[in-house]
Amino acid sequence: MATIHVDGQRYDVDGADNLLDACLSLGLDVPYFCWHPALGSVGACRQCAVKQYQDEDDTRGALVMACMTPAADGTRISIDDDEAREFRASVIEWLMINHPHDCPVCEEGGHCHLQDMTVMTGHDRRRYRFRKRTHRNQDLGPFIAHEMNRCITCYRCVRFYRDYAGGEDLGAFGANDNIYFGRHREGVLESPFAGNLTEVCPTGVFTDQTHSARYTRKWDLQFAPSLCHQCAVGCNISPGERYGELRRIENRYHGEVNRFFLCDRGRFGYGYVNRDDRPRRPEWRSDRDDACVTLEVDAALDRGADRLRSARRVIGIGSPRASLESNHQLRALVGNDAFSTGIAAAEQRCLAVMQALNHGCGLPTPTPREVERHDAVFILGEDLIASAARIGLAVRQAAQARRETLAAERDIPYWNDAAVRTLGQDRYHPVFIAYPTATDLDDVTAARFALAPDDIARLGFAVAHEIDDNAPAVAGLEPAMGEAARDIAARLLAAERPLVISGGSLGSEAILEAAGNVARAMARRARRGGLLLVRREANSTGLAMLGGEPLEWALDELASRRADAVVILENDLFQRLPAARIEAALDAAETVVVLDHQRTATWERAHLGLPAASFAEADGTLVSLEGRAQRFFQVFDPAYHRPETRIRESWRWLHALRADLLRHEVADIALDAVTRDCARACPALGAIVDAAPGADYRVHGLKLAREPHRYSGRTAMRAHLDVSEPRVPQDPDSPFTFSMEGYNGFDRPREEVAFAWAPGWNSPQAWNKFTDEVGGHLRAGDPGVRLLAPRPGAYAYATSIPEGFRGREDEWQVMMLPRLFGGDETSSRAAPILARATPATLVLATGDATRLGVSDGDRLVLASHTGSLTLPVRREATLPLGVVGVPAGLAPAPVAGEWARLAAARTEGPGEEGRP
Amino acid sequence: MSVSRYHCQLRQGAAERRAETHPLTWRLREDGAVLGLDEYVEKDGYAAVREVLTHQSPDDVVATMKEANVRGRGGAGFSAGMKWSLTMKGPGIPRGYLVCNADEMEPGTFKDRLLLEQQPHLLIEGMILGAYANHSYYGYIFLRGEYVEAARAITRALEEAREAGWLGHDIAGSGFDFDIALHTGAGRYICGEETALINSLEGQRANPRAKPPFPGQSGAWGKPTVVNNVETLCNAPSVMRHGAKWYQALSGELSDDGGTKLYGISGKVERPGLWELPIGIPGRELLERAGGLRDGRALKTWLPGGGSTGFLLPEHLDKPLDFDTIGELGSRLGTGLLTVVNEDQSVLALVRNLEQFFARESCGWCTPCRDGLPWVVKLLQALERGEGRRGDLEMLDKLADDLGPGKTFCAHAPGAAMPLASALRYFRDEFERGVAPPARAAQADPMPVGGA
Repeated sequence: MATIHVDGQRYDVDGADNLLDACLSLGLDVPYFCWHPALGSVGACRQCAVKQYQDEDDTRGALVMACMTPAADGTRISIDDDEAREFRASVIEWLMINHPHDCPVCEEGGHCHLQDMTVMTGHDRRRYRFRKRTHRNQDLGPFIAHEMNRCITCYRCVRFYRDYAGGEDLGAFGANDNIYFGRHREGVLESPFAGNLTEVCPTGVFTDQTHSARYTRKWDLQFAPSLCHQCAVGCNISPGERYGELRRIENRYHGEVNRFFLCDRGRFGYGYVNRDDRPRRPEWRSDRDDACVTLEVDAALDRGADRLRSARRVIGIGSPRASLESNHQLRALVGNDAFSTGIAAAEQRCLAVMQALNHGCGLPTPTPREVERHDAVFILGEDLIASAARIGLAVRQAAQARRETLAAERDIPYWNDAAVRTLGQDRYHPVFIAYPTATDLDDVTAARFALAPDDIARLGFAVAHEIDDNAPAVAGLEPAMGEAARDIAARLLAAERPLVISGGSLGSEAILEAAGNVARAMARRARRGGLLLVRREANSTGLAMLGGEPLEWALDELASRRADAVVILENDLFQRLPAARIEAALDAAETVVVLDHQRTATWERAHLGLPAASFAEADGTLVSLEGRAQRFFQVFDPAYHRPETRIRESWRWLHALRADLLRHEVADIALDAVTRDCARACPALGAIVDAAPGADYRVHGLKLAREPHRYSGRTAMRAHLDVSEPRVPQDPDSPFTFSMEGYNGFDRPREEVAFAWAPGWNSPQAWNKFTDEVGGHLRAGDPGVRLLAPRPGAYAYATSIPEGFRGREDEWQVMMLPRLFGGDETSSRAAPILARATPATLVLATGDATRLGVSDGDRLVLASHTGSLTLPVRREATLPLGVVGVPAGLAPAPVAGEWARLAAARTEGPGEEGRP
Repeated sequence: MSVSRYHCQLRQGAAERRAETHPLTWRLREDGAVLGLDEYVEKDGYAAVREVLTHQSPDDVVATMKEANVRGRGGAGFSAGMKWSLTMKGPGIPRGYLVCNADEMEPGTFKDRLLLEQQPHLLIEGMILGAYANHSYYGYIFLRGEYVEAARAITRALEEAREAGWLGHDIAGSGFDFDIALHTGAGRYICGEETALINSLEGQRANPRAKPPFPGQSGAWGKPTVVNNVETLCNAPSVMRHGAKWYQALSGELSDDGGTKLYGISGKVERPGLWELPIGIPGRELLERAGGLRDGRALKTWLPGGGSTGFLLPEHLDKPLDFDTIGELGSRLGTGLLTVVNEDQSVLALVRNLEQFFARESCGWCTPCRDGLPWVVKLLQALERGEGRRGDLEMLDKLADDLGPGKTFCAHAPGAAMPLASALRYFRDEFERGVAPPARAAQADPMPVGGA
């Protein structure tokens, strides 16, 4: 701690910070541009100038840049000083010299840091009377629009893109007042985190192109605190809606999860919510070949209940992409012994192993932010940028944090970004990755091991044995792998906070058990470290905790006619298992009820389809891969702008269906009751009721506003439907109003913030007003409750170590490789994601490709007992021989681990094409 | 090899230049050809290296350099010995780099060029001494790209020195290893700023770095790095050979700063060129040596040491040309090469030209320099065209102040502000003449909108 004096006031601050950080954390307004809490200080923009005095007697003082000056004990500064004010006014005047002043047509307007800072410094007269410098813009792909003329040259974009996120294809070009931030030539920005440029850029140079297409000002958007549903990390998001459509997704600050940054799948993958072909009314067909008719809600419920009532046995298939509440409500409908999680058996076994390890390996699960503070990382069988991108970004920070350690030894403060990087150069904390293909983290690894899945497991088992003799040794270990294992073990043991990361991406229980052994060995020998296990879908962790039979069980029940009716919740079964098996099961069923928000292949097979709410129209609870139960809240009421819409939350449909089935009066139900029920029914999930405040939460007696107080057009926006404005939709499920009425301030701490706004702070920088310190935690605590904690007990080592991988003469082992773009069921239905996805290819070792006589781009048929797939080949030199990588997200999909034959495609036959 | 292509050369004959009084230039040949290794060694060359590497410790070298008070000849005037004493060395500290700043791009400056083209071995010897004192692992000569002749001479000299064992492993049997590479720049003035130079050397954008940490703590590739000007390093051999007292005595009563200085003059004088003289001689002596102004014109003003120093008046000609005296006059000694302006020349045009240069050479990192300097240029251009407006001079005053020390990221903008501020002070009338007469009010602002 340190005491500083600002304009005569004494404050206690963290003396390790710089003055800008300290002042902002105290709630004092100092304008800034180049500084960013996650990027540190570089002193480029000169906007945060303040007057510093030597001591009490110093009356002259000198200007210093707050961001580059330590908040050392006894520091005396003045923000209000005339000279400092005038200099800051000069800086903004210079920055605005070439700015086009195009706020009315700029997408950034209304949430623009440059606007905020211009107002804050009082710059409102233009004195520069000469020509402005202009630039040409670039096409940077489907996500990001580029308008370089707005640039104020703060260098934040390249600092985030290159230094923080490891991208290489965005740079600063030119010199003097002709600096250009762009690519060396037009083209798609390659970084999977490029979308953060839209928030990192203090003005409108980089803007969200998906938003531009249907643009609305921030103050005219309706927001809710929501969760990204595109992977298992649980990033917090603020989706914005207007006219019944999602218009954009902005980062919602969570001090332990995503903090300031999202991945591009999460930010730009929301388009499925807005699809025109979404089911919006119940659909009915009595027989599979009939044309479908749309029904009213009551008729749909009655027919559904009739059919279920007449069924001999009804089973339910849940979904890891649906909320706990919806899954629970389905289980309540069909009964505990008739509920399937909707997850394929192999994946479910992996999930079970992961859950057991999280409880029983003796090491805690770190939060994504904590990942950044580990000083040695061993990754087994995960390509994090593809499977849990935000975690990948955190691992990059963990590697780069070595620089801060080195800098501290030379008394260079951690926030002095350029100096820290200069001193650190390419010295990283050790990161080891064992994965068959190259990954986007390879540039910060100490070593990467390109191994087949079984060999990845063997490496893990060997490392565990090196750490602790009691862990089983690997028989017949190759000398090179033994050496690698010794090195990894030594580096993990030498670390203060070692971290093991693994997951289910390659579908290998052996890899998970190996990671578990490393964790157990660390727990026993070093008594420190962490274990993070990557799950695939938004609620995979929650479903594993809720429990249920695997998908195959449900299909068998139907195919063998032990059950004749099935209710399928938000799950396209064709994405999970071979089509033939699913068709056989669904053909056998007398009644198929499907709830979904997408017109999937499964939906097309339903007798009764009930239009479910997507995350944007629903509330619910998810459990992320770190075991954090978090609530997402409904952003908008879809019926407000489309009165014909009959979309309901799945849990609401299922509640009504159950009541109808039991011939009960359909009583109103609200989220909190379902959540409570679910918690009661499943003790492991008992804490989920505390994941967020209930619907009765109030601030100053007010509900919380979903709309900024400047929200305009409410009385007119629906006039084309009806000249009389209806009452705003009521929300019984949450403390939020569908209105600008309600509390929207920052002074009363609250953990659920729909949109960040504070007086004078309209941009995402307003989050600084909601946190206990800049870049810290929300003042009311970060949202969610953690459910996975290590339990004391005997950490028995796993002993079933696979044999070393051996290729076969004419068969290749299939590996399913996750893909960030195109590898996720729902976001793959968003047009920008499809445009961004690289074409699906079969990845083959160069040696194998040569043996097959194929080279890059040649088409290859992969045939296994689950079907065949024709895709172009991509050769990779370091891929192990004998395996073939198949991109995830294709249907029909082969099964990980199975053996397939490969042959060059004779003709360009349609029909065998893998569907992206 | 002829160097008569340009006329800005040494104007002192061999008879005047003696070993005891002209440590930088006494060896130079009358014909201006480059000194080869043999001739250099014959003229006592590498004697300092042999002596120091075998009989003195690195700390001895630092102590002698400190005592001699060799002030940085690149323009900043910081004591080289002091700089060397601040370099991090010792157990656990990696050996770093010694970098010679030969990116001579200061307008009106051509002194390092002489040393580089005609006596590269002196620089190499100085660098070996500097490397020894600073535990440097490797040396770089960061040379201005246009100095093709110098590049040729240095390349040749490095080969000779390596062959003769003055560079490489175990120099002169001392056990000390050191070698030097030549790096030619791509032509940015800012590379003369030591940290921008380091970034450029590393292959990064030539933006300056924030200090602290200083290069001596964390410089090139994060290693302790010393950056010295050519002339500074060229002083080291004679200091080490003859001692700090001898060096101090060279300037006698003229100045507290020791040694000689390679002075020069450019502009409309009879004989522009270079002279090695005791530091602290007055400008008038230099002007006399240059034969006074050409065509009998009168002196209007002069820049004491390059484009980034402040204008001085004829009355300042009798002051000693040393760092502190010129500093007290509100200017800087800079490189010590005078730019002379006669009564016919326009200070406004000269300043506009200089500011255009500085605006173009801004690296674009910090706002005042990047966006303030082009505004200065545009205001000056408007004044030159007679299209200045009321308030323009005050705006220039403000800009000159806002671009001053402490407000910008590095010294580039303060350097640009110095000639501007001093010109506005001494020659304000020239600027005022560029302000157009006020138009009739009715035409100027027929419909005032939102006026304050």
